[in-house]
Amino acid sequence: MYVAVKGGEAAIANAHALLADRRRGDRSVPALRLDQIVEQLALGVDRVMSEGSLYDRELAALAIVQARGDMIEAIFLVRAYRTTLPRFGYTKAIDTGAMLVERRVSATYKDLPGGQLLGPTFDYTHRLLDPELAAGGDVAEPLQRASEAEAMQRVSAILAREGLIEPDGDMPQDHVPGDITREPLEFPMARDIRLQALSRGDEGFLLALGYSTQRGYARNHPFVGEVRIGEVELELDVPELPFAVPLGSVRVTECQMVNQFKGSAKAPPQFTRGYGLVFGQSERKAMAMALCDRALRASEFGEDVVAAAQDEEFVISHSDNVQATGFVEHLKLPHYVDFQAELDLVRRMRAEHDARENAGKAEEKREAAE
Amino acid sequence: MREQEARDQQLERKAVMATLAQSTGDDIVRLWNAAGLPSEAELLRGPETGLVTVRGRIGGGGAPFNVGEATVTRATVRLTSGQVGHCYTMGRDKQKAKLAAIADALWQDPTRRNEVETKLIAPLQAALASERERRRAETEATKVDFFTMVRGED
Repeated sequence: MYVAVKGGEAAIANAHALLADRRRGDRSVPALRLDQIVEQLALGVDRVMSEGSLYDRELAALAIVQARGDMIEAIFLVRAYRTTLPRFGYTKAIDTGAMLVERRVSATYKDLPGGQLLGPTFDYTHRLLDPELAAGGDVAEPLQRASEAEAMQRVSAILAREGLIEPDGDMPQDHVPGDITREPLEFPMARDIRLQALSRGDEGFLLALGYSTQRGYARNHPFVGEVRIGEVELELDVPELPFAVPLGSVRVTECQMVNQFKGSAKAPPQFTRGYGLVFGQSERKAMAMALCDRALRASEFGEDVVAAAQDEEFVISHSDNVQATGFVEHLKLPHYVDFQAELDLVRRMRAEHDARENAGKAEEKREAAE
Repeated sequence: MREQEARDQQLERKAVMATLAQSTGDDIVRLWNAAGLPSEAELLRGPETGLVTVRGRIGGGGAPFNVGEATVTRATVRLTSGQVGHCYTMGRDKQKAKLAAIADALWQDPTRRNEVETKLIAPLQAALASERERRRAETEATKVDFFTMVRGED
């Protein structure tokens, strides 16, 4: 017999009120404002925008506060919000070559047009906690250096001139870019769809997979050809105007990974590539994405698929942390009926087991008596 | 010749729209009020917020792929003089979208263009340019100057 049970409404309402209280914390401590989060926890905001797949700083900051700093919960909130808005269209592809660069480094060329610009980096810091920051002291304005504006060519273009590197990834002429927000995932998938999934993928998951390739699981000898961070302008084609309408700018991080060469009987050896492009300032994520992109191109280069990072279905099916957390966390929701069924089953199995054992023992006794 | 003129005019209008889209709502409102521009117009659409899907290119210059969504607010207005103005701008600032659409419409009115250019667009452009230059100079100060260390006698 199955009896439907209801209950817990008051408990749920009270739990949410308690959540609101704990979220606010000690009332004698000033409440956080969204602009404080946007300005001072900017990289956390960037992560929520990148994995929430929605570029809107204020909404990401709101999500972070609402989630009490739980990043995956914040990403979940942003993803849910996205579904409430209509879509105006697809922008024209951004031009990272025309970026207003805030950081640009290359590990392959020391001297390159535009130079090595360190920007606001954690690199070369000593990773020592700073008590002055805790005390809230004033911070000096950054230095400025005058110079002529110089176009900053992508490093891949420099290598391409000699034909030493494979070209930027092309798709067939009539190919329409796939969109995982519109069509369900299908394997094998084209590289453009894979890149969309990777760009919103979980940073920790992609980082671990990228790391695994370096440790020998799908080794492909990566060099950071270039990492660049900065703002690019967005334009959208709309029917009411005879030109693409400018929308403003987004900050993105791009990573050009240069990997060991491939050649064939027909083509001379050349470097292969992995590509990373993510919202906000996040070079760890962009680099991990580029490592995964290259590893996932294994079959394209005729490499044996032997490692997790090369397994497209494994990587793409598990890279989305909203899906992952949904399925893992649903386990804590009531499964009373499911579990009741399992209980019945295990009781019956034990009864059968006991019956068999008792029968066996009776048999032994009988034999011993004879 | 006339075609060329029309194309130039389109480019100018696009530049005006770019300036408005890049500027903050606060800056636009401040200059708008100072200039005493009319903030009344018939709303034909919006202001309404939606999404655009941002596209990148594989390898930087290859085939396009979808990176993720961004919030965009748009508005379309008509002035009593008949000009229709549009605005699409990143974010969710509806007031900004409406004013920018009105600015686009006013700019198309030859009798108002100069006023819009000098009192609104030029100051916004100057602020954007100096902000850009400041950021560029700050980044430039972090450029690595390599030098060679000579080791040994000769």
